[in-house]
Amino acid sequence: MVDQHIPLSGKEDTTSVNRQIVLPFAKSVEISLKSIKVRFFRSLITTMSLVLAVSFLGFVRVSNDVANGLLATQDRQLRQAVIRAGYDIGPTDTNVGASPKQRWIIILSLMVCVVGIVNAQLMAVTERFREIGTMKCLGALDRFILRLFILEAGMQGLVGAGAGALAGALFALIGALLRYGPVSLAEVSWVAVMGSFAIAIAVGCILSLIGVLYPAVVAARMQPVEAMRVEQ
Amino acid sequence: MAESSNIVRVTDVYKTFQLGKVEVQALKGVNLEILRGNYISIMGPSGSGKSTLFNMIGGLDKPSSGKVFIDEVDIAQLDAYELAWLRCRKIGYIFQTFNIIQVMTALENITLPMVFAGMNNDAATEKGLQLLELVGLGDRYSHKPFELSGGQQQRVAIARALANDPAIILADEPTGNLDLTTGEEIIALLKRLSQERNVTVISATHDFKMLNVSDQVVWIRDGTVDKIEDREELSISIGKIDTRH
Repeated sequence: MVDQHIPLSGKEDTTSVNRQIVLPFAKSVEISLKSIKVRFFRSLITTMSLVLAVSFLGFVRVSNDVANGLLATQDRQLRQAVIRAGYDIGPTDTNVGASPKQRWIIILSLMVCVVGIVNAQLMAVTERFREIGTMKCLGALDRFILRLFILEAGMQGLVGAGAGALAGALFALIGALLRYGPVSLAEVSWVAVMGSFAIAIAVGCILSLIGVLYPAVVAARMQPVEAMRVEQ
Repeated sequence: MAESSNIVRVTDVYKTFQLGKVEVQALKGVNLEILRGNYISIMGPSGSGKSTLFNMIGGLDKPSSGKVFIDEVDIAQLDAYELAWLRCRKIGYIFQTFNIIQVMTALENITLPMVFAGMNNDAATEKGLQLLELVGLGDRYSHKPFELSGGQQQRVAIARALANDPAIILADEPTGNLDLTTGEEIIALLKRLSQERNVTVISATHDFKMLNVSDQVVWIRDGTVDKIEDREELSISIGKIDTRH
């Protein structure tokens, strides 16, 4: 193959080599989507801990929003109801911030969730050693592998966090409806609820990405020959 | 640069592995030259350093000392990009376990290296279909790997190895997981493609069926080249071939 003269011998050719290995972004998204679809059950389990943690976060935040809405009415009875529901508010407080105790529980649950994601993703990487090695033999660069894993985690994070935030918010609102009656939904600030919802989703996505970072780096750094050696 | 007819040149290669606290010398000074367009079999018992040498030639591993040249380029000098480029464009890999990417269809498996090489989607699809036709799987392009038999998967792998018109095809025990007849078909296919497309095929193997089609057989023993036989010598000594491993 004379026309395929290898342009590797000189340093000045490095950039042309650089440009010749590509993985278009759309193609990466396609591959990641496919991977999630094929390993749907595993993806579900990976996402589940995220769903639970995010729904907890969403639940707590939206419950606080509801309580704030009730306090804002300045109604003594509603104030008593909020206190009976377990919120520590002083006689002069006009809103319930997240108490330190609440905050710690949330942080703890999110940390457990990240550990769960790291664990699940490491398993996923191990399962896919051969696939990763094959891709590398076909000419994939480290960053292609990194990108695929991060895209997958991003999508899982978005869907999982969305589902979690939705579930958390719904439970919080239903709980409020049962505890305080219809007035709670009438008085709650929907802007605040939407804000809590958005925060829960954002936190979920970030956690998912943090969780996949180490496993993805492990996968990307792997030498193709190591991947081939793994017995399956 | 004078156009050399050596596609692979291995000079004085040593490779040492660290296994726990023990150092194992897998290759002890291997010298080898492989001519362009030849069909080479690397034979040797397991543990002889056969796979190690094979990985060196494929740019999957670097020697502890000595040099491996592929198309007169020293692979030890290449950085990650250049190695990836080499794997993508110059070398096609075929594995014992086929290593078809499970989440993709046959066609997508074949087009993946072309996507890496920067080919646009339509051209890659068209070429992928041609390659599938070439290996006799023209109607199976949309099948997932688990819907294909071992022999068919290996055909897909061969088509994938050919995707970017490589100069070398490295086949690691390509018939190791196949039954006798399918193995023979795969060997015949490799031989035909090697001749039609002037591709150098280098295969590591235990399979004596391979010997009949090989232009050259390299016998590895204890980390060194035991002997190199051309086809003519082989056919003379083929009667006692099974007594020598």
